[in-house]
Amino acid sequence: MPKNKDVKKVLVIGSGPIVIGQAAEFDYAGTQACRSLKEEGVEVVLVNSNPATIMTDKDIADEVYIEPLTVKVLEQIIEKEKPDSILPTLGGQAGLNLGMELDESGFLKSHNVKLLGTTAETIRKAEDRQEFKDTMEKIGEPCAASLVVHNVQDGVEFANKIGYPVVLRPAYTLGGSGGGIAHNQLECEEILENGLRLSRANEVLVERCIAGWKEIEYEVMRDSAGNCITVCNMENIDPVGVHTGDSIVVAPSQTLSDKEYQMLRSAALNIIDELQITGGCNVQFALHPTSFEYCVIEVNPRVSRSSALASKATGYPIAKVAAKIALGYTLDEIKNAITGKTYASFEPTLDYCVVKFPRLPFDKFITAKRTLTTQMKATGEVMSICTSFEGAMMKAIRSLEQHVDCLTSYDFSELDDDELRERLKIVDDMRIWVIAEALRRGISHEEIHDITLIDIWFIDKLHALVKMELKLLRIGEKNTAGKDGDVAEAAKIISYETLLEAKRLEYPDAVISRFTRFKEDVLKELRYKYNIQATFKIVDTCAAEFAAETPYYYSVYNGPDSEDEAALKSSTDKKKILVLGSGPIRIGQGIEFDYCSVHATWAFKRAGFETIIINNNPETVSTDFDIADKLYFEPLTPEDVENIVRLEKPDGAVVQFGGQTAIKLTQDLMKMGVKIYGTDAKDVDAAEDREIFDQILEETQIKRAQGATVYTAEEAKEVANRLGYPVLVRPSYVLGGQGMQIALSDEEIEEFMNIINRYAQDHPILVDKYLQGVETEVDAVCDGEDIVIPGIMEHIERSGIHSGDSISVYPAQSLSDKVKQTIAEYTRRLAKALHVIGLINVQFIAVGDDVYIIEANPRSSRTVPYISKVTGIPIVDLAAEVMLGKKLKDLGYTPGLQPEAGYVAIKMPVFSFEKIRGAEISLGPEMKSTGECLGISKNFNEALYKAFLGAGINLPKYKQMIITVKDSDKGEIIDIARRYEKLGYIIYATRSTADTLTENGVKARRINRISQESPTVIDLILGHKIDLVIDTPTQGRDKSRDGFLIRRTAIETGVNVITALDTARALVTSLENESTEEGLELVDIAKV
Amino acid sequence: MKAFLILEDGTVFEGKHIGADKDVVSEIVFNTSMAGYTEVFTDPSYAGQAVCMTYPLIGNYGVCLDDMESERPWVDAIIVRELSHIPSNFRCDMSIQEFMDKYEIPGIEGIDTRALVRILREKGTMNGIITTNENLKYDDIKDKLHAYTTGDVVSIVSCKEKKVLKGVSSLEENGPLSGSAVFNADNYKADLAGDHSKRERKPAIVKELNGKGLKVALLDVGAKKNIAETLAARGCDVTIYPSNTSAEEILKDAPDGIMLSNGPGDPKENVAIIKEIKKLYDSETPIFAICLGHQLMALATGADTFKMKYGHRGGNHPVKDLSTGRVYISSQNHGYVVDTDKLDKNIAEPAFVNVNDGTNEGLAYVGKNIFTVQFHPEACPGPQDSSYLFDRFIDMMKKGKSEGGKN
Repeated sequence: MPKNKDVKKVLVIGSGPIVIGQAAEFDYAGTQACRSLKEEGVEVVLVNSNPATIMTDKDIADEVYIEPLTVKVLEQIIEKEKPDSILPTLGGQAGLNLGMELDESGFLKSHNVKLLGTTAETIRKAEDRQEFKDTMEKIGEPCAASLVVHNVQDGVEFANKIGYPVVLRPAYTLGGSGGGIAHNQLECEEILENGLRLSRANEVLVERCIAGWKEIEYEVMRDSAGNCITVCNMENIDPVGVHTGDSIVVAPSQTLSDKEYQMLRSAALNIIDELQITGGCNVQFALHPTSFEYCVIEVNPRVSRSSALASKATGYPIAKVAAKIALGYTLDEIKNAITGKTYASFEPTLDYCVVKFPRLPFDKFITAKRTLTTQMKATGEVMSICTSFEGAMMKAIRSLEQHVDCLTSYDFSELDDDELRERLKIVDDMRIWVIAEALRRGISHEEIHDITLIDIWFIDKLHALVKMELKLLRIGEKNTAGKDGDVAEAAKIISYETLLEAKRLEYPDAVISRFTRFKEDVLKELRYKYNIQATFKIVDTCAAEFAAETPYYYSVYNGPDSEDEAALKSSTDKKKILVLGSGPIRIGQGIEFDYCSVHATWAFKRAGFETIIINNNPETVSTDFDIADKLYFEPLTPEDVENIVRLEKPDGAVVQFGGQTAIKLTQDLMKMGVKIYGTDAKDVDAAEDREIFDQILEETQIKRAQGATVYTAEEAKEVANRLGYPVLVRPSYVLGGQGMQIALSDEEIEEFMNIINRYAQDHPILVDKYLQGVETEVDAVCDGEDIVIPGIMEHIERSGIHSGDSISVYPAQSLSDKVKQTIAEYTRRLAKALHVIGLINVQFIAVGDDVYIIEANPRSSRTVPYISKVTGIPIVDLAAEVMLGKKLKDLGYTPGLQPEAGYVAIKMPVFSFEKIRGAEISLGPEMKSTGECLGISKNFNEALYKAFLGAGINLPKYKQMIITVKDSDKGEIIDIARRYEKLGYIIYATRSTADTLTENGVKARRINRISQESPTVIDLILGHKIDLVIDTPTQGRDKSRDGFLIRRTAIETGVNVITALDTARALVTSLENESTEEGLELVDIAKV
Repeated sequence: MKAFLILEDGTVFEGKHIGADKDVVSEIVFNTSMAGYTEVFTDPSYAGQAVCMTYPLIGNYGVCLDDMESERPWVDAIIVRELSHIPSNFRCDMSIQEFMDKYEIPGIEGIDTRALVRILREKGTMNGIITTNENLKYDDIKDKLHAYTTGDVVSIVSCKEKKVLKGVSSLEENGPLSGSAVFNADNYKADLAGDHSKRERKPAIVKELNGKGLKVALLDVGAKKNIAETLAARGCDVTIYPSNTSAEEILKDAPDGIMLSNGPGDPKENVAIIKEIKKLYDSETPIFAICLGHQLMALATGADTFKMKYGHRGGNHPVKDLSTGRVYISSQNHGYVVDTDKLDKNIAEPAFVNVNDGTNEGLAYVGKNIFTVQFHPEACPGPQDSSYLFDRFIDMMKKGKSEGGKN
């Protein structure tokens, strides 16, 4: 079927802020789909509240709205833009739900807007549990049997019928408490009784237990003519029970014979056909490990994280093809862009193995439970490609950037065998390291399998890695020369075969060096001597059956005859530039850096360069096959990068855009002889090195809070007392405020120093006087002489809360012109003194008219995409131009602080606390937010309202709130509480807060603390009638305190929690303004 | 032990020897299926060929003897990147190593299989030798490599005597329908203990015994087991005839339909069989043919075939049913193809086309109850998407039967 000519203008819904479970993959899918639509001459209207995305660029869509994703806002956009169609399947669950609501209310119909692609009826069938079950039953596709019961007898009867074990899930209990797995009738009765009692609704779901089965996924495409293909199947190494987003996943499936593979493939096609999906779809199965029995777990009738992974794993652009299908094309009409020869109806086949590893945030949330469950916790992921499973695994591990590079990275050698067996039972992010230790101890594959239920094949592969590790350790024992051993010495005891095998298994030189005790350089030299080199292969969707056009590479170590396809590619006479990506999405280094990497790549392309991207994140736009001229899907470690550098011999590299991941590689790139475009490495260092930086500040006469560098707690206390409390304590050379704390007393200094020194510190610890003032931030571009500052952002929360977690306002509202001029002048002086060529981000505190610097980072920052969009100044493009020697003046910019835009734009942090049990949610110097959204308007109050709305804080509902603040905040809370009261809020408060409020004429109902008799503050929260909790935490990390429990309970009950007074004040300001979702002023960013 | 693959063009790959210790000269081809190596190795169409699997990890789930597509493996040798140390699957009978030893299949492991595929893609399928002889030089072997042909392999792979596979009399006999299998712990324990009769069979996909009472004659020119089984699962009684059976002998049994199987080698080698097939064509019996059978029918009716540069072998090729416009993903294994340029449109018309390269994938015979396909609707390995063609064949037989009754 040819293209549907009636589709001329399409509204595409994005997925909103990055949260756990809904991350960069939707920027990738949305961007690809928008480009695909535009390619067909369709006008694209885009709405997404997330300013850090590439899809919200004016190059990607024709009209761009960075507005809150609510039904009412979408209705207004539809009324304004009058699209003829809407595409809701690209914006994750958020986008899909909005599309459905618009359809169900009849709004789309009354405005003549068609839902493109999969129909509303289909979406309902796939999403509604009962309808889905009925549909599956109809076509003979099994779902796990389940029944809702209200008494023990019914439950037992049903359990006996479906067979044990069964899962029992009480309805409406906090975090599923009271549930469990019953293996026999007795257990079933016990758990049911307890569960029914705990459930407020007296309701328990009894479900067939499929935990431990193999979890297999298929990515399926279907067009309107009914043609179906599967793009890829994937096998989770972690059996059912761990969310696929938190599982280690391998593509294609490894332990399925063709019989199982085709059985599930046919089932997936049956399902997609019955549901009449047009576009992409993900089908998840649980497969019994020792039979052909299977269950359909769920179907996602849209692009998803798994579809992004499948796209990157195979080279098949699912979102692009889904967009074309939505326009009416059939699969056999759409060309496969990778081969240029085959069509989209061709099923990809892999001649390599892909491993995906989750990036979990337990390094940020040290109090959180590390166990993995059906609730996803990963913030991001890495993918790796190799011809062996072991190699792909090793590459994935070192791509994580979590101080892991092999199977000894977490040490369990302290446990005795019994403890180790117990430890194996724990399903957490360290499980494969525990398995490795078990294998070292000689615990059998079978026993490990019996405990973990991980397939023996995977356990055997881990064993292959462990065997190599032991072999290398034995070589290390023979190494009498130790670290001084030269190549000749190494060659004597490391055979060609062993080294080749170690490299085939992707053991990095750094690890081989640790085991064998030869220096890394010596090992590298030995490799070259033996002619053991990484060669690069193409991801081509077709296992080399057809010639591929697209240079999408991965490395592999084979024998000496191994063919290098990247080397075969004819070179152009263009200059080559290497753009280093930012690796997995994690808290503190998010999608913003992918935005910067992609824009830099495009800028260099326009400047006539051949661009080469190295990255390992399958969720991102930067790893789409047609962004750079060449894509290397590889870990971002010095050794992996060097292999590419040796082959490509680039004329230079840019490291400013890829966050800390790229910056960290600067020294190594220079050692490899690669020219760094932009600011010199030594100047980047100068900004980090306390002493040199202080010297620069002195020369440029810029003030900073007084402070000193220390190594011990004693020194820290001495400095703190000299400066006077409060002081800021933090390790140097960290980003995202990791480990930063505000100390009020000697005891707290002791506590924090202990925490920091748990890990050996290479660098001193900084103790600074804590200044209370307005925190501000600028991003600037410097060409070595002149500087362009697009604007000054002001943080709503006072210093002490990480800038990434603060509400940020552009243009700054409370600063005097004098302060603004000082900030601009300081930034100029600093950029010049640091010889910045490209980007610099500087943070200041303004105390009255005095401006103090907090820190300077000569690289791209989290705020670059946001500030670029709201000012219309393409910061990354300018940075790329100046790196190539252009001058800002010649680029049409008047140096200095640019005039303020006519809009107020407020960036609001968004958190995923409810997903991570046990995480401390109070804000502080360490960053905790996973994403952000934007509120933009001509008017500050409306911008603020939009920002809160976009972040999901939509008040009021019940007009009831709880306030409990620490003593030092009691003075300040009175006025805030009064303002909430005036708006009609009923205020509950714990004892001393209530006293303070009452004494000052604010009516507060006293509520019992947790330790007192019921009803307590917790009961109140669990009653689901509270809009908001304002709880400012007392110092210290003691999680047993009441405050911690109140905050966790509120978050897990879905109640808004604010932990800083400034945020509470901003919220009440927004509420007072009485903005409503109707009648908002909508801003088309593309026209800014 | 080291092993070498020396190609006709002089390229030498060095790897590790696997399987039986013998040198073998063969035609080197590649298959892009990611699973289903057992089915590939035991598919008689591969007789005279050494197969390189493009998926690098082979042997992961071992070998389940139930999955064999004939009595033994027919490939001359196996070329893989990496053979699994251990097999892991609940139905596994033996490891791939044990399988190769048992059937004396040699092979080579650890070569850059992708580089090999790229050579075959660029230069076309060629012959090669797999040897463990380090001193063997290309010049010594060159002539032998050039001279090698698969020859008359059909007679070798075909069954030697007529045999009958009775159709099932009830759907239950096919075992649980896909999606209705339920794990039975006792049966599983029995299987582990050695009683394989309790083992779960592959899930059935047939939902209707629409072939009940129909007699199908299957001419075995290298048939995969699943062709007969697919028909029997629909209730058809299948009689399997050796490739040298005359048309008269087949027609004498008065089948309701004739099935021409897949098979190995150059179709034109089968001069005698082609003659018999012409007679089958002239009879009014409905005929359905797969792969080699499809090519032989084309040759029998005056069309031509040619050797493709490197063939189609895998489970991911889209074929378009020209009568409906629908596209199906197919299981493929062929090196020769019918030349549609030289097709007499009065005799046969293209019915299926390969979406990728536009080559012929099936023919409908004008004025005849005959249709033939180049791909493998019986799957095994590969997608089951086109199994509906067996139903089409059954409908044709039923129609023929009722019309015949009228006469």
